[in-house]
Amino acid sequence: MSAITRDEVAHLAKLSRLALTDDELGHFATQLDVIIGSVAKVAEIAAEDVPPSSHALPLTNVFRADEVRQSLTPQQALSGAPAVEDDRFRVPRILGEEA
Amino acid sequence: MSVIAFDKALERFEPVLGLETHVELGTASKMFCGCATGFGAEPNTQVCPTCLAFPGSLPVANEAAIEATIRIGLALNCSIAEWCRFARKNYFYPDMPKNYQISQYDEPLCFDGYLDVEVGGQTYRVEIERVHLEEDTGKSTHVGGATGRIHGADYSIVDYNRAGIPLVEIVTKPITGTGAMAPEVARAYGVELREIMRSLGVSDVRMDQGSMRFDVNVSLNEPGAPWGTRTETKNVNSFRSVERSVRGEIERQAFLLTSGEKIIQETRHFHEDTGTTTSGRSKEEAQDYRYFPDPDLVPIAPDPTWVATLRDTLPELPSVKRKRLQSEWSVSDHDMESMYNAGAIDLVEATIAAGAPAADARKWWMGELARRANESGTALADLPITPGDVARVSELVASGSLNDKLARAALEGILAGEGSADEVIAKRGLQIADEGELLAIIDQVLADNTDAAEKVRSGKVAAVGALVGAVMKASRGKADAGRAREIILEKLS
Ligand SMILES: [Zn+2]
Repeated sequence: MSAITRDEVAHLAKLSRLALTDDELGHFATQLDVIIGSVAKVAEIAAEDVPPSSHALPLTNVFRADEVRQSLTPQQALSGAPAVEDDRFRVPRILGEEA
Repeated sequence: MSVIAFDKALERFEPVLGLETHVELGTASKMFCGCATGFGAEPNTQVCPTCLAFPGSLPVANEAAIEATIRIGLALNCSIAEWCRFARKNYFYPDMPKNYQISQYDEPLCFDGYLDVEVGGQTYRVEIERVHLEEDTGKSTHVGGATGRIHGADYSIVDYNRAGIPLVEIVTKPITGTGAMAPEVARAYGVELREIMRSLGVSDVRMDQGSMRFDVNVSLNEPGAPWGTRTETKNVNSFRSVERSVRGEIERQAFLLTSGEKIIQETRHFHEDTGTTTSGRSKEEAQDYRYFPDPDLVPIAPDPTWVATLRDTLPELPSVKRKRLQSEWSVSDHDMESMYNAGAIDLVEATIAAGAPAADARKWWMGELARRANESGTALADLPITPGDVARVSELVASGSLNDKLARAALEGILAGEGSADEVIAKRGLQIADEGELLAIIDQVLADNTDAAEKVRSGKVAAVGALVGAVMKASRGKADAGRAREIILEKLS
């Protein structure tokens, strides 16, 4: 039996702003199930004496000093924007959400 | 909207509060890049490949922001994590160009602290759940539609100058047992938190510029019953609004509950003009943000000796300082609280440091200057006068060069931008009458007021008041009233 339901895939797709067809919902539910199963296998191997790894590099405390560096000009910053207005990025209407 | 009067609501329900406070840190550069953080810059002039999320850019954490957050945690009696990570909070909203915000999730930098606040002579301990570090978002402007709000807008335009400025979030544990004092406790917590941020020097805490803002959680339950469903009022931007939003939400929820309706868990928006809230979106579940450790950033493991040094070098905290000053100044609890509420303590302290006696410093700030601030609707600290000016005026009164009336005129001139105390005094000719001038005026007044003079001569000393009044009038306020009284009594004895 699939642990991931079609509803869960639909919800994830909505959060990720992906438009999935009905067929795809079933297709990805099966695939995600396999992926989660594989990850679960790794969890089985991890024993008490193996600390969880969080990063590929064995590093902590990589900081930068609080120093101001040159920013881009607005022209540079906005040069790749699909739409610009008043030196700001113009974005489509935001529906159904409010910050 | 229907509500139940606050008092009635509190007869039946107990409120549980929770406060989330965002504080923008005053670092020179952003959290993960070197862009400047100044307020009010031209749009998109403080942006770079990192804070615009261009491909290939990588964030590196600002050490000063980490340090400031640890100091805030220590000032709030928190434990400091030995090891913690940044997490990605994923959501689609154009205020962050990355489609996620770098934040902290289950591993905050500081946790399990408290802050004691005093309201009406009683101390309430507000427990702190966590203090974590994240990045601020950009600023959207909604274009089109009638109200400039997001609903009905045709499109939005975004300025990312603010995106990536270090933002500390301070989250309380549920605050219970405040009853009818809930609104005041919420406000007092906010005020005290701002005092702490100021004393630490980690933020300018300008609420009008959004560098300190509150989310206010409220739920109600009947005594003995489990806690009710809470609502969260977002972006409350003044202490007065914190107080009003708690009060308003208690009244609104009490009405729904007594009408047999359910409270919906949702975010609400506070309206400054009416003091009420309206429904926003239903609150998303934390899992919808799909938090996971940010692979672009390595863990933070604060060196214990660093933390110890930060702990040892914390400034005197505001509540401790207030107790010390109260004893040094010999003022009552009530007077101290008045000064605290008026934001006068630092000003009085600086005026004393500039040479004024404590009683005089307090008298000017809490009297004439408080009245002027009140009239012009500004905060005491924002009046265009320095503690040095006030100390100088106080000194001139003490030395007898100014009387109270002339001193008030000098303060008025300073507030009007006419210059320093001495400049105003010179320009306006604010100089107390000298002994010779005074004697001449008194002789004239006695000649003009023979009836009153006779009364005093015959032992009705109370009549001297009218004569002193006449001297003050004749000198156009420049006489020393005490000295005039002495001379008149001498002459008429
Ligand atoms: Zn940047």
